[in-house]
Order: sequence, then C-alpha cells, then structure tokens
Amino acid sequence: MPLFTTNRTDPIGSQPFRISNRARGSGSPSVLLAILLILVVGATLFIFVAHLYPAPAPISRDAVLVDRQYHLTLYVTGAVFLLAQLSLAYIVVRFRDRGQKARFVRGNVALETFWTSLTLFVFVGLGVLGRKAWADARFAPPASGAIQVEGTTYQFVYAFRYPGKDGKFGRIDPSLVSAPSGNPLGIDPNDPAGRDDVVASELVVPVGRPVELLLRSQDVVHNFFVRELRLQQDAMPGMIISVNFTADQIGEYEIVCTQLCGLGHYKMHSLLRVVSPSEFEAFLSHQAMAP
Amino acid sequence: MSFDHPASTAVHARSGARPGIFRRYVFSTDHKIIGLQYFFLSLAAVTIGLFLSLGMRFHLVWPAARLPLVTGGIMTPEQYLALVTMHGTIMVFFVLTTAPQSAFGNYFLPLQIGAMDMAFPRLNMLSFWLTLVAFLVMLSAFLVPGGAPISGWTAYPPLSGIGEITGPGEGAGQSLWIASILIFCVGSLLGSINFISTTIDLRAPGLTLTRLPLTVWAWFVTAVLSLLAFAVLFAGGILLALDRVARTSFFLPAGLVVSGELQTHGGGSPLLWQHLFWFFGHPEVYIAILPGMGVVSHILANFSRKPVFGYRAMVFALCAIGLLGFLLWGHHMFVSGMNPYSSLTFSMLTLSIGVPSAVKTFNWLGTLWGGRLQFQTPMLFALGFISFFVTGGLSGIFLAQPALDTSLHATYYVVAHFHIIMGVAAIFGIFAATYYWFPKMFGRKMNKALGQLHFWLTFAGVYAIFIPMHFVGIAGGIRRYADSSGARYLVSLQPLHAFMTIAAFITAVAQLAFFYNFFWSMRQGEPASANPWDATSLEWATASPPPPDNFAGQFPTVYRAPYEYSLPAAPRDFFPQHLQSEHEAPPQEGSSC
Repeated sequence: MPLFTTNRTDPIGSQPFRISNRARGSGSPSVLLAILLILVVGATLFIFVAHLYPAPAPISRDAVLVDRQYHLTLYVTGAVFLLAQLSLAYIVVRFRDRGQKARFVRGNVALETFWTSLTLFVFVGLGVLGRKAWADARFAPPASGAIQVEGTTYQFVYAFRYPGKDGKFGRIDPSLVSAPSGNPLGIDPNDPAGRDDVVASELVVPVGRPVELLLRSQDVVHNFFVRELRLQQDAMPGMIISVNFTADQIGEYEIVCTQLCGLGHYKMHSLLRVVSPSEFEAFLSHQAMAP
Repeated sequence: MSFDHPASTAVHARSGARPGIFRRYVFSTDHKIIGLQYFFLSLAAVTIGLFLSLGMRFHLVWPAARLPLVTGGIMTPEQYLALVTMHGTIMVFFVLTTAPQSAFGNYFLPLQIGAMDMAFPRLNMLSFWLTLVAFLVMLSAFLVPGGAPISGWTAYPPLSGIGEITGPGEGAGQSLWIASILIFCVGSLLGSINFISTTIDLRAPGLTLTRLPLTVWAWFVTAVLSLLAFAVLFAGGILLALDRVARTSFFLPAGLVVSGELQTHGGGSPLLWQHLFWFFGHPEVYIAILPGMGVVSHILANFSRKPVFGYRAMVFALCAIGLLGFLLWGHHMFVSGMNPYSSLTFSMLTLSIGVPSAVKTFNWLGTLWGGRLQFQTPMLFALGFISFFVTGGLSGIFLAQPALDTSLHATYYVVAHFHIIMGVAAIFGIFAATYYWFPKMFGRKMNKALGQLHFWLTFAGVYAIFIPMHFVGIAGGIRRYADSSGARYLVSLQPLHAFMTIAAFITAVAQLAFFYNFFWSMRQGEPASANPWDATSLEWATASPPPPDNFAGQFPTVYRAPYEYSLPAAPRDFFPQHLQSEHEAPPQEGSSC
C-alpha cells in the first residue's frame, strides 16, 4: 500500500539549491515573518529583563510565596514561548518553497506521545506547585490574635469597621442604612455591641499582626485589591467573605476596586495604612472619640 | 460497492423553477447565501465593534478631548462603560461566534461533505434572521434614554439585575441587551442543531469520519458546544430578565441598599449568575477559536503541500478541548468568593486543557516541518494564528493558577490575554478563511500585494498593542476604568496606554487594505478557477462560485483522506478526495446547472 508508507528520503538539504519561479515570490515573506517573530520575542524579553513596569514589592509572607510561584511560571512559560516562536521562525525560513518536494509524513505516534506527556507533566506540575501559595492564603483559619475588621463596600465607597473594646461588631439592619444621617452601614443603635464600633474610610492595621478582613457589599459586586498583598477579593452582596493577611511593612498602599460596579468604578479607592502598634492604638482611640 | 447518495433524494427540491431575486438573495434557504449573509452581518458588526474600541482607546489617553458622535462632546464615565459593554458584546456574539461558525461553517460545511444544502434549510434561514434581529435590538440600546448598559459583556447582577437605580444604561438599555442575547441564543441553538444533523446525515458516500476535513470536525464540535452552552445562557438570561421585569430574586439577595434605597428582593445569589454565565462563557471561548483551529489546519496542509501531521490526534484534541471546555468555567471566579477548595479543581482542569492545545500547536509545526511552504495570504494569516495561539495560551498558564490570578484578575493582563487568544487569533482564523475561500465564494481571487500589506501591518500592530498591555496589567492597571485618576500608581502607566492607542489606530487604518481589497476583488479580482490553490477537499471539486445545488447534479463520492498532498507515487502533488484514480479527468469547470 503506497498510500501509507512514509517517504524517508529527505529531499531537503540533500538536494542542490535550485531556484524555481516560485522562489522569487516566497523568500522574502518567510524572512520578514521570522524577523518579526524574533522582534516580538526580543521586545517581550527586554521588558521583563529590564523590569520596566514591574509589580510593586510584596509586603506579606503570602505575597512572597505568590511571587515565587509567579517567577517559576514566568521562567517555564517564557522558555516555551521563546522555543515555540523561534521554532516557527526557523521553520518558515528553512522550509520556504525553493522548488523542493514536500516530505510525505502522516504523523509520528512516538513523538506525539512524548510531547503530549511532556506538556501534561509541565502544565499540571506547575499547578501542583502553585497549590501551596493559594492554600496558605485561603485555606488557613485566621491566626489566633488576629484583629477583625469588617470591610463594607457600596457605590463607590469603602467603609472599614473595627469592633471596639468589646471585640464584637454591632448588629446591622439594612433598613437603617442612611448615609445622610451618619449611619452608612446601618448599625443598630439598640445593640450594645455596636456602641463602641469604629468606622473609618481607610483600612489601618498594625504591622506584623494577622488581620481577618470580613468583606461584604450593600449594593452590587465590588472588589478589594491591594497589589502589594497580592490579594484580590470580591465583595459579594449577600455573603460575608473572610480573607486573612499579615502586612509586614509599614507604609501606605492603595486599595482599588477591580469589579465593574457602575459609573464611579474607576474612582472607587481607599488606602491601606500599615502602622506601628502604638500608632494603631492611637488611631482607634482617636476614631472612637470622633462624633 | 454501491452508495445510496443522500443528496440525490433531495435534488428535486432544487430543480424547480428559478426563484425570484428576493427569494434568492434575501429570504434565501441556500446555505451559501445564508453563509454570506452571516458574513456581511459580522463584517458590519466588526466595523462597529472596532470603532467602539477606538473610542475607548482614545478616551483612555485623552479623556478631556471632544469627540464626534458623543453626546455632550466629552465622553463621560458611563459612556465609556457603555462602549466597553457594547464592544465586548458585539465582538463576542456577532463577530467571533457569527463569522467563523455561522458564516464560513454555513457556506463550506455542505460543500466539504458533498451535500447540496444544510439538513434544515428553512431553519437555517430562521437562524440568520433571528441573529440579525438580535443585532438590531442590541444596537437599539444606544438609542434609548439612559443609553447602552454599563455592566460589561458579563452583565453581573445586582448591577444588571435591578434597573436604572444602579446606574445609567441599566434601565431600558440593559433590558434590550438581555432581549438581544435571548434572541441570539435561539438563533444559535437552531443553527447548532442544523450543523450537527448535517454533519451526521448528509456526508457524501465514502466520506467516513476519519476522512472529514478538520474544518468539518471543528464546526461539528463547535456546534455541540453551542447547543449545550447557549441553552444555559438562555436559561440564565430568562432568570435575569425575570429579576428585572417580574421582580423575582434569582440573583438578588435580601437587604440590598442601592443609592440609599432598601430593595425588596431577597433569597437570590449573584454567584448563581456567574456560574450560569461562565458555564456558557468559557465554552464560548472555544466556540470562537475551534473553527479557526480547523481552518488553520486545513490551510497549513494546503500551503505546506503535506498531509496534516497526526490527523487523529488533531481530532482527539478538538474533542478533548470541547469536553474540558465545559469543566473549567470556575477559573473566571477565583476571586468571586466561591469556595477556595473548588478553585484548585478548576485550576487543574484549566491547566489540563493546555495539553490538547499544545498537541495542536506541535502538530501544526509538524505539518510545516519538511513542507514546501507557499506564503500565500491565507497561509500568512494561518501562521499568525499559530503565533498568537502560543502567546495567548501561555499567558493563560498564569491566570489558571488561583494564587497568581489574585494579582492579575481584572487587570489589563487579562484583557491582553483574552484579546490575543480569543479575539485576535480567532480573527486571524477568519481572515485566513476569507482570503482562502474568497475565490470559491466569488469566483475571483483577492489581490495578493494588498493581502500581504494587510497581514504585515495587522500582525505587527496587534503585538504592538497587546504586548505592552500585559505589562500594564502586571503593574496593576485595572480594566474597565474610564480614566487613570482613581489611583496614584495608575498615572505611571499612561505612557504605555498612549503607545497602545497609537498602535491601535495604525492597526485599524491597516484594515482599510482588507476592506478595499475585499470589495474591489469581488468585481475586479483576477478570475479564479474551480481549484486555484491545488487543494484536495470537496469544496474545490465544483465550480467557483458553486451552482445553487453545489455540484450541478454531479454529487461526489469520496475515495481517500482529506489532505493527500505530495503522495510519493502520485504525478501531481495533490490528490483530490473525490478522484478514484490519478488518471481521472479533473472536474469540469464552470459547468452550470
């Protein structure tokens, strides 16, 4: 059956270079395409290596773990990107039509099995290694001694509530929500637990202390994103979502909303202020004084 | 061996009196006309979608500039978000779903399997007209008070579920959006039933499953995905419409306070919408890209003068992508508040789909290896597709891991990723298909010099837009922001935005080369023979353009595999599927019915 034999006599390379009529038209596109592919790979590599637009430095242990996984993934996918694009560039130049006869090959089961297994191993392997960074950040219960802060979002505002000295949040009643009368969260005035609650427009936390942030939303889906924590979490109406972090570096970091929430989405913004323990105490008592 | 030809039983339907011009070109049941109608619909849609994106890109760099066609002259944040929503919706539904599957699939599926039409021609016509109505309803959202919706193409409730109290465009505009999507779903469902039946029932004698061109396999798998995915979107859309109109609470929990007003809804979950939407939305990505994969395989074999490397592996990979595509919608929801344990499951499944995708890439390179590569315009676009598919696939490896997604989610990194893999790669598939099949559709070739110009500018332009966009995202640039005044660090990313905007305008202008080439070549192009590319599959076994019944009564029988190029013993370097022996006379060209 000649139909299913593989022609192993390789005309490419073994045949003397022969200019056919086709060659004139097809040499230049192959070279130009190869050059463009090399430029694309080069430009991408350059921006990464030169750190032109880097993410900010991480400020928590979890964020450092995330970065480690990010770099591992970057090296692996970067190598594949390089190899694949450059192979394509090589192939289009080497096998451009110079009048040679194409090699008749239907496939190669051994080769195909090899690269299928290899990709499975590499891709799923990355996922297995990346498990830890996610598990550490999301599976662990809040550490003992964590301070609790409730983050409430509504169009286009963040409000952060601290439970006060009693360590308990007062009850919330949506029918009492009224920003004009100074109760934007709807805290029930009849609940004694709520009387010492502190509400602030910025998230102030002491450095090195675990924080459990309880996210909720009054109206639509919003989001809490701090780049330096590598932490992004939606605030989903009807749910209270707990996220944990420990910020290890004093400073101011921007909180932005990443979930499309309406016309003011792009302005929805707050600050995470990581302060010394004494400053934190001062902040709480100052806020509690405020009317 | 004798074959009972499936097409012969239906021949009488086409042998009657020639229908009037209205029935032939407007309310036609001919799959070729319907395919062209879909094509021109998506051409109109892509033009509108492109202008919307240029409006956005311009606004991001020059937010205070006065623009034509913008009410009030200077674009407001809600107008920006309306552009975001409509650009995404129009491109995803009316371009990426419509052009590769409905347009080219309709035109070429029956031709490639040797049938005279789709299985249900009237249903086919209904599918198109529903899609057209859906498109008009979608566009009308711009004209109602409040304007087009601002909730994005994903329309997450409660923003989309309550009404105009959540924002401008969330009143009538959002209702029209949902109505349009529901109509579109029905059209797509009917279309997919048609594709599936046609592929199963109307194949020419001898055209076994392993002799199908990979385009047919791709359209078939895509049709199965459409059937299952659009059914779910339809259900979700009905529930969302009920929440808005009948004040039910499928997606709305109790205690919502919007703009200071307590809502009366209660008991629903916004997460439910996200699950339903992405159960559709993720397979939708593959609905957009699978036909492109088929077209690229088809074209690579043709212009490498080689059989597709590992044909069976290619078919298995298509099916594997189709199946896995339904199991990983949760990777869109890593930060939604879904159970964090399920994120890891979705993550592993997402990374696994990289395997069949990589198999396809390897086999494309294997097809090229040792070939005699002819850089015709369709071949260039097919090669561009491979490059984008690799780039977009690899950037997805980051997003597939929840730990990394928490820094990249909803940034421009995601925008760059899905534009390259779902937008541009799919569009390159569409361009490749257009340049490749234009001679068959119009009997003339497109201009090669203009085609090459179009390719070089678009290929370079796309990378110039989207490589910097990844870095904006890595630095934390948030998508769907009307300008960068919201956070201090965003300002430092403005130079990259300016670069991308300029690249986008140049790339957009380059598309004029395509439009000019297309419409000029329809009338003035070099006349094409029945088989101008020396190809093997059945669409080239009939005249260009094909007669109304496709094969002028001479329905083909298939004798061999689809990509028999450069067979060692054959005198010519291609062996058409319908020829029994090499000595058989080539099909008569220009034979009329």
